[in-house]
Amino acid sequence: MDVKTIAKRLADLDIDTRDGYDFDYQIIPGEEEVLQISLSDREEIPVYLTLTDTQILCISYLWDEEEIKPSSKNEMMEMMLDMNIPMPLSSFSRIGDRYAVFGALSLNSSIEDIAHEIVTLSDNALDSIEVMSDFLN
Amino acid sequence: MSLLKKIFTAFRGGAREAGEAIVDANSIRILEQEIKDAEGHIAKAKQDLTTVMAKEMQANREIERLQKQIEEYEGYAVSALDKGDEALATEIAEKIAALEPELTVQQETKASFSAHADRLKELVKKTERQLAEYKRQLVMVKTTDSVQKATSAISDNFSSSNSKMMSATESLERIKQKQKNFDDKLKAAEALEAESSDSSLEEKMKKAGIGPQTTSASSVLERIKAKKGA
Repeated sequence: MDVKTIAKRLADLDIDTRDGYDFDYQIIPGEEEVLQISLSDREEIPVYLTLTDTQILCISYLWDEEEIKPSSKNEMMEMMLDMNIPMPLSSFSRIGDRYAVFGALSLNSSIEDIAHEIVTLSDNALDSIEVMSDFLN
Repeated sequence: MSLLKKIFTAFRGGAREAGEAIVDANSIRILEQEIKDAEGHIAKAKQDLTTVMAKEMQANREIERLQKQIEEYEGYAVSALDKGDEALATEIAEKIAALEPELTVQQETKASFSAHADRLKELVKKTERQLAEYKRQLVMVKTTDSVQKATSAISDNFSSSNSKMMSATESLERIKQKQKNFDDKLKAAEALEAESSDSSLEEKMKKAGIGPQTTSASSVLERIKAKKGA
């Protein structure tokens, strides 16, 4: 399985399976191929999908280190820890200096599960920014 | 040092910048080699185990054979004694005495094979645990690596397309604005639809002479005449 196949199978899905969102796909070439999925009207915060040997990783980037108000960082970190379990299907992480929400799926996941993950992750990304906007510049 | 520790140490050491390899390709190769070696050890130990267990079974059969033989000769010795043939009984006893050390040797051999088999089984179990651990570490290392590569591909894509990276709050604002525009349009469309269905209803009612009637010159005149006559 590669990201192109996943894009094709997602595109073939009924729109209801994608919770009514149109997906727009772009393959980002590189040492590690990444599928960028933009949900309709949410193009600013896309979901990135990449494959590893053992799992499908879906990532949405939230903000950079420099966007955080220095005095709020501790509180922000604590809120992330508190929200990690209640937040459905996604977890917080940091890659380099970028904060992110991500979800990991088994390579055997159905295409419906992947679509559900993408929409949920997008919802979680927007909710997280909203909830934590007080900590951000 | 375990690889997980190495990764965390690298994170602390500031090697977190995207694109900077936390675990170099060499340590992935070393880990992959260790996995291969461990798999080789397990295969070899399992092969040895088969041989040892076969020898253990052989020794067991030999023990059973000797025990049966000894029992048999003991029976003969009893019969000889019953017949009062002391000389024959002694000869049979000598035969038993020769068999007994052979039995002891076989029993010792069997015990040593059993111990060996137990050690090999333990070794296989341990190596399998180790192998699972190596594999888990390799997954972590490779995932760290892929995520970093993916992130740098995404960043490169952003900078090459010259699109300005918006802040999280700006992005959210724009998304909310789009959502609001959409909701407004939806509301406007609904209002418009409601209006047009209202007016068509009124049209029908008017035709049927139901509801508030528009005043006409004749009706005004009727009213004035009625007042005057009163």
